[in-house]
Amino acid sequence: MANRPLRIVVAKAGLDGHDRGAKVIARALRDAGMEVIYTGLFQTPEQIVQTAIQEDADGIGLSILSGAHMTLFPLVLDQLKAQDAADIVFFGGGTIPPEDADELKKRGVKAVFTPGAPLQEIIDFVQAECGKRRELVG
Amino acid sequence: MIDRPAPNGTTSASSYLRTGPGSGAVDRTLSDVPLKAVYGPEDVKRVEPLPGEYPYTRGIHPNGYRDRLWTMRQFAGFGNAKQTNERYHFLLSQGQMGLSVAFDMPTLMGYDSDSPQARGEVGKCGVAIDSLRDMEQLFDGIDMGAITTSMTINGPAAIAVAQYIAAAEKKGIPRKMLGGTIQADILKEYIAQKEWIFPPRPHMRVITDMIEFCTAEMPKWNTISISGYHIREAGSTAAQELAFTLADGFAYVEAAIARGLDVDSFAPRLSFFFNSHIDFFEEIAKFRAARRIYARRMRERYGAKNPRSWQLRFHTQTAGCSATAQQPENNIVRVAFEAMAAVLGGTQSLHTNSMDEVLALPTEKSVEIALRTQQVLAYETNVTNVVDPLGGSYFVEALTDEMERQAEAYFAQIEEYGGVIEAIEAGFFMKEIAEASYRYQRSVESKDRIIVGVNHFQREEDALEMDLLKITEEVAREQARSLDDLRTTRDGNAAAAALDRLERACRDERDNVMPHLIDCVNAYCTEGEIVEAMVKVYGRYTERSVF
Repeated sequence: MANRPLRIVVAKAGLDGHDRGAKVIARALRDAGMEVIYTGLFQTPEQIVQTAIQEDADGIGLSILSGAHMTLFPLVLDQLKAQDAADIVFFGGGTIPPEDADELKKRGVKAVFTPGAPLQEIIDFVQAECGKRRELVG
Repeated sequence: MIDRPAPNGTTSASSYLRTGPGSGAVDRTLSDVPLKAVYGPEDVKRVEPLPGEYPYTRGIHPNGYRDRLWTMRQFAGFGNAKQTNERYHFLLSQGQMGLSVAFDMPTLMGYDSDSPQARGEVGKCGVAIDSLRDMEQLFDGIDMGAITTSMTINGPAAIAVAQYIAAAEKKGIPRKMLGGTIQADILKEYIAQKEWIFPPRPHMRVITDMIEFCTAEMPKWNTISISGYHIREAGSTAAQELAFTLADGFAYVEAAIARGLDVDSFAPRLSFFFNSHIDFFEEIAKFRAARRIYARRMRERYGAKNPRSWQLRFHTQTAGCSATAQQPENNIVRVAFEAMAAVLGGTQSLHTNSMDEVLALPTEKSVEIALRTQQVLAYETNVTNVVDPLGGSYFVEALTDEMERQAEAYFAQIEEYGGVIEAIEAGFFMKEIAEASYRYQRSVESKDRIIVGVNHFQREEDALEMDLLKITEEVAREQARSLDDLRTTRDGNAAAAALDRLERACRDERDNVMPHLIDCVNAYCTEGEIVEAMVKVYGRYTERSVF
């Protein structure tokens, strides 16, 4: 099991249909050797966390471009705690102003990537953080 | 290939060297169309007829912008109807010529502001419109008979038109006086924008009902704005945007003809909406090719006789996806080039993006700069003085031909699936776009494509010095209070009866849903209630996700 590839859930929440970024990230992580589960659009925070648990995922990447990030990111964090899954690495991206990104990181989102972030930076982050999680959780 | 990435913004532009033939950046367009170093007479197949002459490659008006400038139309909407109404009054006072309504996500998806699905989204991407009450507030103090309004809404488009009619008629302005455009392009929702409600086939029925109704009752209303903008934003190439959009347009034409409408009765009021991206000549060629392909098809395949039915008219918006969060002021420059491409391509109306839209909704200041950009273009640069000034350019004519060739190849593929709806159901468009956007992202990653401030000429970002517009959750609370009030003060029986009649009309293919929608709106049924009544008959759509 030790060499099993990292598993990442790439998620879209709320009513936001902008899925270009989510799909590019999903593809890039897959090309980097990870197993990627893309949730499709319009998921609730509850569904996203359930998917991650069922899929035994190491990380969740949430993409929001609708402006609802300050509502939906915290709801996913709440669900991770409520479903005893806070060890899953939770990160995200989208059109998120810097001060909101800082606030989300304070609340427990591991990283927030905004437009123009290099794919490699995201891949490196996921490999490092989810890799650490894998070592701890096994 | 670039010699090496600049370590910081102090590197001079002269260090930006190209390594010669075969280097990605110089031998193809943004959309990977191969380019020669120079074009000559051998690259041009024919001399295009003059502007105003079929097939209108050079423009639909013989005098271009000499007779009439394009309409400067800035898309706006945020928070509640009252806030957006104030922004409209501001824009009109600054010389804007028409309004363009941006709705929030719950409104676009057919949910009321107080539904659980609307959490965190109310008033964020646009204005929240739950009922006729909000629509009346939105146009408070604005003469709906004198301005034209464009409404960007698709799933619930027919409901928005019903609300607009009802709001105007309450002011004593008859529906036949109303001028404007409703986007109502549901096919591109499945392809790119993903704001659908019902599955494709019932959605097409509702749209066709609306086209039929507006053709008969609203002579100044453009019934559909067939949109490539979102297809491009989703990551398509220029040729895909062109081909998929025109294919959608032809699907609506075929649906209306199948309904028994005469093509010349509705076609003059179809319009298009394109993206203007950063590859200057490719965009101009795309616009020119669009006009030519459309004119030929409308005349030759659909038998349209009225030249107005042959003329492709379009609105353009500069490419949101070309804007960068890094050094956001640079976006002002990008927008100016993109706007000029749209004008040289012969657009009928234009929205210029604001520099801060990649970060948040635009502030009043940044919207003003965007509008001033259009005014400088219109009044100072003199590009408007000669019609289609690039006509006859070896390069532009050859690239126009190439755009057309690629579009025709896509039409053939779509026909192999059996049509647009079948190709949607097979996931064809989504797969093509996902492929193109990934290829593009990889080329940025490898620095095969340079984006100033993003993968070249970067500098340490200062803390953002721009003010950003923030929408608070208070908007959602206010909308919820207003909905409570509406539901208790309206005539509940009248509302329920209207919804009942609507549901019956949805089941009966021979009926037209539009009059029933207007009744529902006038009975102060909310958008969410109206959609629920229709969902009982049609169901909700879920897509097969591909990446």
